[in-house]
Amino acid sequence: MTMTAELPEVSIAEVDKSKVKIDVRSLDFYYGRSHALKDVTIPFEANAVTALIGPSGCGKSTLLRSLNRMYALYPGQKATGKIMLDGEDILRSGVNLSMLRAKIGMVFQKPTPFPMSIFDNVAFGVRLYETLGRAQLAERVEESLHRAALWDEVKDKLQTSGLGLSGGQQQRLCVARCIAVKPEVLLLDEPTSALDPISSAKLEETVTQLKNDYTIIIVTHNLGQAARLSKYTGFMYLGELVEFGQTAEMFTKPVTTRASDYITGRFG
Amino acid sequence: MAVSARHVAARRLGNVVFVAFCALVTFIALAALALILYSLIVQGLGGLNLNIFTKSTPAAGTPGGLINAIVGSILMCVLGMIIAVTMGILGGTWLAEYAGESRYGTIIRFLNDVLLSAPSILIGLFVYEILVFPHIQVRLFGHDIKIEPFGHFSGLAGGVALALLAAPVIVRTTEDVLKLQPIALRESGVALGAPVWHVIRTILWRGSASGILTGALLAFARISGETAPLLFTALNNQFFSWDMTHAMASLPVVIFQDALTPYPDLNRLAWAGALIIAASVLAVTIIARAFSQEPRRS
Repeated sequence: MTMTAELPEVSIAEVDKSKVKIDVRSLDFYYGRSHALKDVTIPFEANAVTALIGPSGCGKSTLLRSLNRMYALYPGQKATGKIMLDGEDILRSGVNLSMLRAKIGMVFQKPTPFPMSIFDNVAFGVRLYETLGRAQLAERVEESLHRAALWDEVKDKLQTSGLGLSGGQQQRLCVARCIAVKPEVLLLDEPTSALDPISSAKLEETVTQLKNDYTIIIVTHNLGQAARLSKYTGFMYLGELVEFGQTAEMFTKPVTTRASDYITGRFG
Repeated sequence: MAVSARHVAARRLGNVVFVAFCALVTFIALAALALILYSLIVQGLGGLNLNIFTKSTPAAGTPGGLINAIVGSILMCVLGMIIAVTMGILGGTWLAEYAGESRYGTIIRFLNDVLLSAPSILIGLFVYEILVFPHIQVRLFGHDIKIEPFGHFSGLAGGVALALLAAPVIVRTTEDVLKLQPIALRESGVALGAPVWHVIRTILWRGSASGILTGALLAFARISGETAPLLFTALNNQFFSWDMTHAMASLPVVIFQDALTPYPDLNRLAWAGALIIAASVLAVTIIARAFSQEPRRS
């Protein structure tokens, strides 16, 4: 790896402050003693897709899991710094985690349908927060399945088990389940890595349809996917955010050597 | 040379020998089971008649049945299972979801494993000491206070003894099947904003239902034939009774007593009782399985 002197070590582009939905400032994350995120500062623009890329173990998923405080499930994991969601620090103690997670939905690497009917899967989150009448609930379920581009495939079997769907359908079911709660942010943690190419393409279509209405943050190992879907991209390496900027620019002329090497396939 | 014919031949021979050995051992195990079932069915069917289900246990030489023992067994097993399933599922859930590798959790898990293989007669003695024949005497403010929960043999004590035998099995299987559920399943419930206990109740228990049921069935099969713990707790009762606060008959105890007598009619009754136990364990298992059919994960 040759280092040219002119290239900066780190490059974080500015984003219009008024458009920022989530502003991560000086975030450090620890798994017990291991220091997984180092002074990460990154803005996520509202109603746009931001992709997080980087080699395995670089902290992409850790960053994602800090945003909905998923790590709070596990004693020994802690985050310091600030994560401002609409101007409020969600790392503060006393934040209502249920309400936070209602605003920030998450889809995981492997599809995780619950062992219940397709309808109940989508209604699961809704029932936690709202008491809707039967008709309203059915309407919400239908709307969510439509938005996740799954309705046509499941409309005749809403009462059958969600476990009976194909992997790709299960993943879109998980997207529908998230949307049903009416979140503002969607966190997608390598959502297509367990899917075949056709199912991946369908899920990408779903994300494309959603991207103007939600702040979407997607972790992916698929650079093509990041390029196709996202407006902004953050490249992470060994727990640091190395480069952040407009996707179009980063993929054509990356500013840092490390991002350049990763994108051109020289390592990672 | 990559592949030597001699090596291939040797491997094949090894394979044949191994498979033959497995088949032989399986045959021996199955043959023993078949012999047991054969004698049980032949001898048991000979003793079955309508009296079994209508009359109570007789004195030698008089006609009689097993209805008091059947009802006693059902009542005590049901009581035992209600206590054990409640304790077992809650305990197993705590071990799997909350205890983790904490010291307290590790100790509880170890003790549960010890209890899992505790001789049933010890369990009977334990319940005898705390419920049936209590001599707990406390001196408080100058008064002797005697604690006597029952003070005599009772069906309730029998049910408690059976529960103590069944609970560890259910604790163990509940913990094991909950741990088989993917972590992402818990996290996706929590990510929707559900509290952990809600995720456990609505998602994890449902996903592990058939595994937990298997544990409960194993436990039921274990306690349905237990004699030792009932000898110290429910004892026996020659007469029909629904009253669980007093001594109660049960199939295993009746089998134990009648099988040891020199009277052929009582021996036949014991065989019939044994067949009833085996048949009801089979029936309960089949019914429970039929109710728990669910689609597999694709």
